[in-house]
Amino acid sequence: MSKTSKPIGRRAFVAGSAIGGAAAITGFPHIAGAQAKTIRVGMPTILSGRVAILGTSSRIAVRLAFKQINDAGGIAGRTLELIDRDTQGRPDEAAKVTRDLINNDGCELIIDGEASSGAFAVHEVIRALPVLCLHTNSETSSLSADPKMLIKTAFRCARQGIHDAVAGGSYAAAQSKAKGLKRWMTCSPDYAYGRDNTAEFMQFAQKFDPSIELIDQVWPKLFAPDYTESITKALQVKPQAMYSALWGGDLVAFIEQSNLYRLFGNTAFFGAGLGDPPVLTAIKQLPPGLNTAYRYNRNYPNKPSNTAFAEAFNPLAGYDPTNWAWQNYTAAQFIIEALKRTGGKTDGIALANEIRGMKLASPMAVAETIEMRASDQTIIGYPISWGRTVPKAPWVQDFAPFDWGTVLELEADWKKEKGYV
Amino acid sequence: MHLTALMDCLGSTSCAVTQVSTGLIIGMLLFLVASGLSLIFGVLGVINFAHGAFYMLGAYFAMSAYRATDNFFLAMLAGAIGVAVVGIVFERTIMSRVYGCNLLMQLLVCYAVILILDDGVKIVFGSEYQMMGMPEFFVGAPIEIGGGFIPGYYLFMLGVSAVAGLALWFGINKTRLGKIVRALAINPQMVASLGINTTVLYAAIFGVGSLLAGVAGGLAAPIRSLTPGMGLSILIESFIVTVIGGMGSIPGAFIAALLIGFTRAFGAIGFPLFVDGTMFALMAIVLVVKPNGLLGTRVAT
Repeated sequence: MSKTSKPIGRRAFVAGSAIGGAAAITGFPHIAGAQAKTIRVGMPTILSGRVAILGTSSRIAVRLAFKQINDAGGIAGRTLELIDRDTQGRPDEAAKVTRDLINNDGCELIIDGEASSGAFAVHEVIRALPVLCLHTNSETSSLSADPKMLIKTAFRCARQGIHDAVAGGSYAAAQSKAKGLKRWMTCSPDYAYGRDNTAEFMQFAQKFDPSIELIDQVWPKLFAPDYTESITKALQVKPQAMYSALWGGDLVAFIEQSNLYRLFGNTAFFGAGLGDPPVLTAIKQLPPGLNTAYRYNRNYPNKPSNTAFAEAFNPLAGYDPTNWAWQNYTAAQFIIEALKRTGGKTDGIALANEIRGMKLASPMAVAETIEMRASDQTIIGYPISWGRTVPKAPWVQDFAPFDWGTVLELEADWKKEKGYV
Repeated sequence: MHLTALMDCLGSTSCAVTQVSTGLIIGMLLFLVASGLSLIFGVLGVINFAHGAFYMLGAYFAMSAYRATDNFFLAMLAGAIGVAVVGIVFERTIMSRVYGCNLLMQLLVCYAVILILDDGVKIVFGSEYQMMGMPEFFVGAPIEIGGGFIPGYYLFMLGVSAVAGLALWFGINKTRLGKIVRALAINPQMVASLGINTTVLYAAIFGVGSLLAGVAGGLAAPIRSLTPGMGLSILIESFIVTVIGGMGSIPGAFIAALLIGFTRAFGAIGFPLFVDGTMFALMAIVLVVKPNGLLGTRVAT
């Protein structure tokens, strides 16, 4: 005699519906099942609009790292899969997408490929849903420097504004002393990053060479199509040097338009965002001798592993890696190493304990390793050099190495000034 | 406010020449876009909110043609003609269906087209920024006039803009066809009753208006980075120009575009933190003092 199942009663149906409804509304974390074969890693990032290259180059880099480990047999029998979502650069969308990736798409880890505005939104989601999260594209110092922002499972695997400001200020001061560049002007985009970055750069430039005089500043709008008025103003002001935090397509347009006026014949240019290979190659007439912060270069650090990374990335993207690409590739390597150490377990706290303080042998390390500093959960030991442009590949050369010891010393002073320690 | 710097600039020939040329460069490109917008509104009575997207298409068409042929002038032609064709197709298939509808309906239709064109460009050309480049002969040293400097390419741009503006003025005011177009703007029923095919005329006017946006896009392509959605910012400035100049008035658009150009050029010297604010303040003042704009005779309803 076969057993017949008991029909669902009215009360049970109502209770079940209520629980189901609550789950649908609040979004219970996706139950992936113990040790599902594939580890899903979610990535909220910007895949559309003028800065789409930030997201597209980021995801290509992560996919490359995952493919390499999957082809090598995975981790404890598990493979890695990237699930990326476009947030269009909107912080609210970044928060929503991150929650969806964790709750509905079964992502057990997050690589946050957002720019700064979105990264802070993702950070708050991770505070509530403590999976392991690596911020890979936000350079805003306070994200990791401010102790109030500390979350045990959230890390930054990206360059940091204060590190670049110290290195850039020192480089600028050295150039100023050597070439007598005393009258400076700035031309940076009029939003938080542009203003903060410019202020920090000039602060350290003047700290290293107090004779530097800031004679004028122009603030074109972010994504402005035309820079003629800023350029002709520079022609009137006649600075000996100009610093710019313009980046991406804005910087390309600015350089092309400046070329028409031969601005760089009399004014030394220092750019924070010029060193990205897609920017350098998009400029049709790249003037020689422009000074740029390191973003990425296949010849620096001069290691076979770095060249191999560029060789593997370029066919997938159609261009050499960007700054965002190496940061995301490195983040993927941190995750892979942590997963190896936990035997493929994806518990956020366990992975965080492995990553905190981890020294990773990386193609991008200036010395041997890039360190995830334990005190503020951010990386150190990555390239912060400045170099000069040449009109043909490798586009930037003569990278001037900068001592990380000095950076850390001045960073500590800066943290004290800010009240972070 | 740096009023001393502004006065110093006005007193210096080199500064005045450079800034006047800057004003002309900004203003004339804006005039090309705004005049197309004004022409379409003046004759057809509709506001083409997709005009900025046509400017973007002009830039991408020019870039594609330049890459394919390596011929700069062919590229400019491709930008202009290509967008004119798109404009005519747009008018015949979509816009003509909302003539006489309220402004909201026209706005919705145009917004849909903007999204479609932006995404279309993204699919075809990718979402990353691109540069067109320019021939070697434009890359030479800027020309010195009275101690001020004007790049050769900008002189070319000013020349093309001036020729296009003059041709438009001549065509409308000095030709038989222009008379018909002016009559069409005032009384389309009367023009139709004379046996003139107004449907073809409407399409042609829309095509010419779009062509002007295409010319502007083609001229901008060598010096601006091309991205999907690049038409939005110029559309906003073009609306400011048409509102100041007077909806439907091409001479008004010319004066307003130059006003905006000079405001930007000299504002960068005298009041750099309030340049955008000045443009909008100018628009507000004109709207209060002369609601139809400087030379306008009709308002959008």
